[in-house]
Amino acid sequence: MGKKYYQEDIECAPREEISKWQSEGLVRSVRNAYENSEYYRGKMEERGVKPSDVKGVEDIHKLPFVSKEDLREAYPYGLLCRPLSECVRIQSTSGTTGRRVIAFYTQHDIDAWEECCARAIVAAGGTRDDVVQVSYGYGLFTGGAGLNGGSHKLGSLTLPMSSGSTERQIQFMQDLGTTILCCTPSYAAYLGETVSEKGLKGTIKLKAGIFGAEAWSEEMRRDIEEKLGIKAYDIYGLTELEGPGVGYECEEQRGMHICEDQFIAEIIDPNTGETMPDGEKGELVFTSLNKEAFPMIRYRTRDICVLSHEKCSCGRTHVRMAKPMGRSDDMLIIKGVNVFPSQIETVLINNGYSPNYQLVVDRVNNADTLDINVEMNQEMFSDTLSEISARERALVGALKGFLGIYARVHLVSPKSIERSEGKAKRVIDKRKLY
Amino acid sequence: MAVKQISVFMENRPGTLAEFVELLRGHGIDMRALSLAEAADFGVLRTIVSDPDKAQRVLAEAGFISAVTPVLAVAVSDEPGALYHILETLKNAGINLEYSYAFTTRKNQGAYMVFRVADDCLQKTAELLEENGIGMIAQEEIYSL
Repeated sequence: MGKKYYQEDIECAPREEISKWQSEGLVRSVRNAYENSEYYRGKMEERGVKPSDVKGVEDIHKLPFVSKEDLREAYPYGLLCRPLSECVRIQSTSGTTGRRVIAFYTQHDIDAWEECCARAIVAAGGTRDDVVQVSYGYGLFTGGAGLNGGSHKLGSLTLPMSSGSTERQIQFMQDLGTTILCCTPSYAAYLGETVSEKGLKGTIKLKAGIFGAEAWSEEMRRDIEEKLGIKAYDIYGLTELEGPGVGYECEEQRGMHICEDQFIAEIIDPNTGETMPDGEKGELVFTSLNKEAFPMIRYRTRDICVLSHEKCSCGRTHVRMAKPMGRSDDMLIIKGVNVFPSQIETVLINNGYSPNYQLVVDRVNNADTLDINVEMNQEMFSDTLSEISARERALVGALKGFLGIYARVHLVSPKSIERSEGKAKRVIDKRKLY
Repeated sequence: MAVKQISVFMENRPGTLAEFVELLRGHGIDMRALSLAEAADFGVLRTIVSDPDKAQRVLAEAGFISAVTPVLAVAVSDEPGALYHILETLKNAGINLEYSYAFTTRKNQGAYMVFRVADDCLQKTAELLEENGIGMIAQEEIYSL
């Protein structure tokens, strides 16, 4: 057995100490944002707040929220608080055209992020003697880089596999005795299925997995644990904040401990913006405490969640977040890509179809599928199938180009998609993730 | 010489064809020829009816998507090689058929082929068939067959 914690003095710090860090960090972060980003300064001035008004964590409600729209508007440098010469890396969301968000990191920011990931690996039972296979995508996506860095920090043998090439993934697991697997839960489920179908469970030495970047259910957890013979841990994060490691599960597997020395987590009412008490369901909002290049002040994640300060028997004192239970906006995450129904609407209209459509999202063999029912109209109709099919293919191509993922299109009769008097029911998500 | 054919978009689910036929029945519209081409999720129904203008109006009111397309209804005599003779004539003139289907008549046990050619060679095709002694039927005559 190795250490139970990566940074015990931080992870198990008494509440008073955490509060002190948070107050100091908040003051520091607000000043950093105000002084170095015109965009942040503008937002704070609009709200009539000066850095001197924020003396501690109790003043956080005075600050304006930052949303994904702000990040888009300020793209690329509007929220940057350090000269580029001090930045060492950029990562980006998997976001689609027009929604892409890039984040900047100084070396200090990277170190803090990787420490959070190292904590997650240790919380999943990892030690420097473990072999950690990182099968998240690398590149701009934060998954690969984050866990890779965390594993390095811990001193584990790190296999930077990236995603895909399932046979090779399993081969490496067998040959190098991988003990900890890091990837998306859907890829873990796929690997589990392959391992179990080929009867290879006895040939691999996995003991734990760290799976995030996607919503997944308890059923899926049990399935992965059974098929790979491991304990499966959830991890939470987002590029806007740093990447994976903002929150991570301990051996209790009952909520993810949020790294409270790095972030203040709040739950707000998504409609009013009012802060909500512990145990109540609302939108998760984060404020970074130590980020230099890209501080986030009250960033609205859109994830609907519950926080708990209840004592955890693992000994960690940091607040826990439940698995997100949905989103406060209409964003769908399909194959790891952020998809907004409004984007699909735009493509349909640009291609001559009516904005009456229905999206059906499902998960087949652990991979997301997107089907779009589109109403035929007079302009798109022709008496030859080949012409209609060509138009259909053009639409599929336009969707792929715009969204970055493949969607099956089904042409249906006009007026056959249900109209509702209130908000249209545009999305049928059969994945049962929340 | 062209005949007005009605083409209708049919979603691929049980009952769409029945709804269509029921609609025509309700308005006393008779069908003389019918063909249904299918793709994965939908089909295109093509029909020649007694009153195409009325049919299109009725279909639009009922929410169907339809179009009126000019096609040629070509008489084919009941003997080996008759269809080949017609097709050879088209082939030699470089005329391409987009689609075709057949229907028979009560009179003389006669058969007709419906030919859909590109709009810009419709006139040329009709003239060519006439020059080669190949009979066609006009819209107003189709119901007297």
